[in-house]
Amino acid sequence: MMIRKLALSALTALTLGSTPVLAAGDGGHIHDFAFSFEGPFGTYDRSQLQRGLQVYTEVCSACHGLELVAFRSLTQETGPGLSDDEMRGYAASMEVEDGEGSWRAAGGPDHFPGSNDETAPDLSLMAKARAGFHGPYGLGINQLMHGMGGAEYIASFLTGFTGEEVEEAGTYLYVNEAFGGNVSMAPQLFEDMVEYSDGTPATEEQMAQDVAAFLMWAAEPKQTERKLWGFVGVLFLTLLASLLYLTNKRLWAPIKDEAKRG
Amino acid sequence: MSGIPHDHYEPKTGIEKWLHRRLPVVGLIYDTLMIPTPKNLNWWWIWGIVLAFCLVLQIVTGIVLVMHYTPHADMAFVSVEHIMRDVNGGYMLRYMHGNGASLFFFAVYIHLFRGLYYGSYKAPREVTWIIGMLIYLLMMATGFMGYVLPWGQMSFWGATVITGLFGAIPGIGEPIQQWLLGGPAVGNATLNRFFSLHYLLPFVIAALVILHMWAFHTTGNNNPSGVEVRRGSKEEAEKDTLPFWPYFVIKDLFALVLVLLAFWAVVGFMPNFLGHPDNYIPANPLVTPAHIVPEWYFLPFYAILRAFTADVWVVIAVNWLSFGIIDAKFFGVLAMFGAIAVMALTPWLDTSSVRSGRNRPMFKSFFWLLVVDFIILMWVGAMPAEPPYSTISLIASAYWFAYYLVILPLLGVLERPLAPPTSIEADFKATVKAKAAKGKVAPVQIPGE
Repeated sequence: MMIRKLALSALTALTLGSTPVLAAGDGGHIHDFAFSFEGPFGTYDRSQLQRGLQVYTEVCSACHGLELVAFRSLTQETGPGLSDDEMRGYAASMEVEDGEGSWRAAGGPDHFPGSNDETAPDLSLMAKARAGFHGPYGLGINQLMHGMGGAEYIASFLTGFTGEEVEEAGTYLYVNEAFGGNVSMAPQLFEDMVEYSDGTPATEEQMAQDVAAFLMWAAEPKQTERKLWGFVGVLFLTLLASLLYLTNKRLWAPIKDEAKRG
Repeated sequence: MSGIPHDHYEPKTGIEKWLHRRLPVVGLIYDTLMIPTPKNLNWWWIWGIVLAFCLVLQIVTGIVLVMHYTPHADMAFVSVEHIMRDVNGGYMLRYMHGNGASLFFFAVYIHLFRGLYYGSYKAPREVTWIIGMLIYLLMMATGFMGYVLPWGQMSFWGATVITGLFGAIPGIGEPIQQWLLGGPAVGNATLNRFFSLHYLLPFVIAALVILHMWAFHTTGNNNPSGVEVRRGSKEEAEKDTLPFWPYFVIKDLFALVLVLLAFWAVVGFMPNFLGHPDNYIPANPLVTPAHIVPEWYFLPFYAILRAFTADVWVVIAVNWLSFGIIDAKFFGVLAMFGAIAVMALTPWLDTSSVRSGRNRPMFKSFFWLLVVDFIILMWVGAMPAEPPYSTISLIASAYWFAYYLVILPLLGVLERPLAPPTSIEADFKATVKAKAAKGKVAPVQIPGE
């Protein structure tokens, strides 16, 4: 009885607590893609992250930056899992400032470069700075069912261009369904524009999902470790709760017996 | 310490006697732990322990976070990401601290409504109640300033909106706002002073928590029946009470672990569910977010703040009567602080001589309506300030004030309360028997007894 009460009150708190999330959305349509890292058991798909890194490098990085991410983290086992040599080779293909005004090839401890274009936001935290799902009516139930949906937002955004262009005050804007309005970024993904080394066909949707997964990892690199902590804690606390339940029951039994007799 | 007669600490060994004559600290701990506690406390009485745990959790995780955090407008955001990415276990520390604030407020709201239902604020426990309200105010200040520290978009704009409330005070408002911010707008000086106060206030809270406990250890706990422990003799008192250790320590620990189970699942599996995505965007004074929304635990009072717009007749009347000094904005600020003030004044607004809501049939309905009202306020606080939400928040705010200022004073006169049980012992027996009859469980046989 009490357990049910507690569970109910916790659930109420969660659904109520989520209400602020609603405000982030502007009503665009977000498709609920199935990502491997969803739910308590979900982990990142290493080959998908590597494909996403490729899309990021060949397409996104022309304008956008990723300055919170260090090259060394690309070797992370639960992340893209590049070998040490692969990672160093990749870093060396990028240039960073050496602090004295000149440029040198990057190494493991360096971070990805920032955005080249002032209007292009840095993508390091983009997958956490957007929510895919809202409501209904600010109750947070959609987030509870589908997750926060930052990666879904990115993939929907990249595939959400309708092909229409509008001119506003001398600049061309592109109509995007996921954004729920017009954006200054033009459609970027076209079929077979990258060649995946694992033979995956590079459809527009495939590339969008791969880069969205990669950006989710970039925003939350310790997600798998965190979920592991979650499991250890939940198991340990369940055990502890059972022991305390029995202790408490036994402790109070004589007191309650006396009350029943009296 | 307690007014209820019970056994006190007796030093037995030589060293105990030696220490007791010089510093009776063991006696203090003993008497605190062995305090006679009403037998009939139900599961709503466990949230105090949860709150004590929250305070410790926030202080411990906070102190470690400070070791890695940089309180500077240019570096705060990146230093938080440094904690998330490079500090060993840093992501867990930060998620525990952020969600810990939510658990803290969740627990304090249940604790508070429990006090309201069972009349824990009534004589002789008014001081416990007032100290509790002070703790709650400091918690809000601490929570708000803590949310500013990551220096994301919601941090920055939340700070701008909330300090703007002080700017609404006529005449002296703007200098006060500038003094709070350390400049004309939210900036590095604001971040630094908020950081300093965010570190200081939890220790003030800890001191108030000690006073809170001292106060209710002096009066004894309230209990669901609303009748006091009989104090004629030690034997009589023992019929109504059990020592806090081990009976309530084990019970509370069991409940605490269950609460932590839910908390840990949130931290491990959905740590950003209660947060706002905009706070993962670095603070930018040039870009205002589409909707500025406070954390969930402030929403009820945020709704009251926004409810009183210039077209509400009360606001128009007050504006006219005050010769225009109190405008709609200032009225909203007064209403928000007033909503907490009326709660603090409950001991004197409630005129009923019966303590527990259990024995007050009319009060019960109004109380549960207040709980629903609070949840509605929390919901409209997150919605845009436009119809129909503006009307809903106005009605809900009106009920909040009506409950404290009209209903509680009148109920004491109008209501015909039920007769409370003769003693805590009788109430406990009745509850245990009713439960046994309901569950048809035979008395548990303990091996070896």
